[in-house]
Amino acid sequence: MPSTRAGRPRSIGWGLRLWVTAVAVLLLAPTLVVIPMSFGAGQTFAFPPKEWSLRWYEEFFSSPQWMSSVVTSAQAALLTGVLATVIGVAAAIGLDRGRFPGRELLRSAMMAPMIVPGIVVAVAIYGTFLRWHLNGTLLGFVLAHTVLAVPFVITSVSTSLAGYDSTVEVAAASLGASGWTVLRRITLPLLMPGIASGFVFAFVTSLDEVVIALFLQTPEIRTLPVQMYDSITLEIDPTIAAASSLIVVVTTVALLLPQLVRRRRSES
Amino acid sequence: MPMTTTPAEPVTPAGPTVPGEPAAVAEPRRRRRAAAGWVLLPAVAVLLVFFFYPLATIVWSSFTEPTVGLANYTALFTDGVSVTVLLRTLRTALIVALVALVVAYPYAYAMTRVSRRTRAVLTVLVLLPFWTSVMARNFAWYLLEQRDGLIDRFFSLFGIDGVVLLGSVTGVTVAMVQVMLPFMVLPLYSNLSSIDLRLMDAATSLGASRPKAFARVYLPLSLPGVVSGFSLVFIVTLGFFVTPALLGTPQQSLVSQVIETRVGDLLDFPGAGAMGSVLLAVTLVVLFAVSRIAKPTAALNQAVDRA
Repeated sequence: MPSTRAGRPRSIGWGLRLWVTAVAVLLLAPTLVVIPMSFGAGQTFAFPPKEWSLRWYEEFFSSPQWMSSVVTSAQAALLTGVLATVIGVAAAIGLDRGRFPGRELLRSAMMAPMIVPGIVVAVAIYGTFLRWHLNGTLLGFVLAHTVLAVPFVITSVSTSLAGYDSTVEVAAASLGASGWTVLRRITLPLLMPGIASGFVFAFVTSLDEVVIALFLQTPEIRTLPVQMYDSITLEIDPTIAAASSLIVVVTTVALLLPQLVRRRRSES
Repeated sequence: MPMTTTPAEPVTPAGPTVPGEPAAVAEPRRRRRAAAGWVLLPAVAVLLVFFFYPLATIVWSSFTEPTVGLANYTALFTDGVSVTVLLRTLRTALIVALVALVVAYPYAYAMTRVSRRTRAVLTVLVLLPFWTSVMARNFAWYLLEQRDGLIDRFFSLFGIDGVVLLGSVTGVTVAMVQVMLPFMVLPLYSNLSSIDLRLMDAATSLGASRPKAFARVYLPLSLPGVVSGFSLVFIVTLGFFVTPALLGTPQQSLVSQVIETRVGDLLDFPGAGAMGSVLLAVTLVVLFAVSRIAKPTAALNQAVDRA
């Protein structure tokens, strides 16, 4: 390549373009096979299906087992989202404002759930929750998922705090606002983007978590990912294809919608 | 919020005051700093009780049950399987991280070189799998890798029959690479986007060839991103359960499968704890080794936040 083209942005070679396209396909395509699978009619996972039907969607929405797992997951995710956000926002502010020895150590300790191997966390929590009779309860799922989610909230809010000018708080306080008013009217609104993304992180962490939930499940209560897991390993239940397709579609829409809105806004 | 309930402590300042600051301004700031310690309490309590305590319990039990000593650890070396499983897991994690790096690097690099609109598209393409259910993605790989699945059929076109990846370590590796790709691309991109591309121009204008400028200027600058992504994927792969459990086989199991079996079927917490402790130790060693250059989890979070 001639050196004169070196620094020009927006010029990438054909080789790189090909590579990027291939990786894009690799990122996206494999997951999409669940969609044709979900419209199959057969009792097995044979792909592509020989006949087509909507029976697995029907099954998904009419099966008490699948529906109750959806409800459990939604409850757990919502409660985890709220609990982790409240705890995480407070902790992020504390870590940012506090001046005490060992602050960085504490911050690292709070990030630990992100790096301890997933399976180890799962069996550890399972062992303890068995003794405390928290397995098979919604509270058990929520507490375990909160532990995993808090670090995400702390990092999101910390990012917001990093670009935060605390003199506005001083200004508000000097104008007579009480500590509570400053928090409610100044601090939290300014941190809103970080708090919101922390909540989404926490919500999705719970919604997607399989391994701990796998251990904590009982026949009476299981989350959606666990129901999906069991439908592959225990019973060959193609309903999972319908569930997966719905998840893929919902995720895609949820992710693309803000992008499209942002673009429209910037164009108008 | 405990902020309002904290009594004012005018005598003991919780932090340095700004010199020349009027007392009316410095006072509430001091109070807020004193309160800062209290707002940490809920998070500390939750993590202590529901994370560190369970973790400590299982590690403790691996040293004390059924008898006090290293019996559970010596058993790892003498039972004939555990060492094989551990080595297989380390090798798999290495391969996954390496392949993911090779696949992701050019992609992340391209993300820094394209127009804003294209970059937005490439970012969404990475975020989609990142946010999509792990179960859905692993189920997809189950479909692809099974007998008569698309991969099997594809190779049959070329006369290579019986490429059934399901139930093999290869199958697990292939799927893991794809599942882990976002964890590689995001920290990489986060780092690569901070590299000043004019440095490459400077190198070439001074007579270096493009490949040489890349190898001597760009690559070294991207090292923190490479280390971040690599160690992150390596660590996450080590303890990943879903993919090995669904796509692997008990005959060639990885550590996470063995731990699950021990706890789930045998309720052997001490034995599982010993294996888990080894996994934990490897993780800590890796993190410590890279701590000078990279903070893998922070890099990932920043990247996701910015996207």
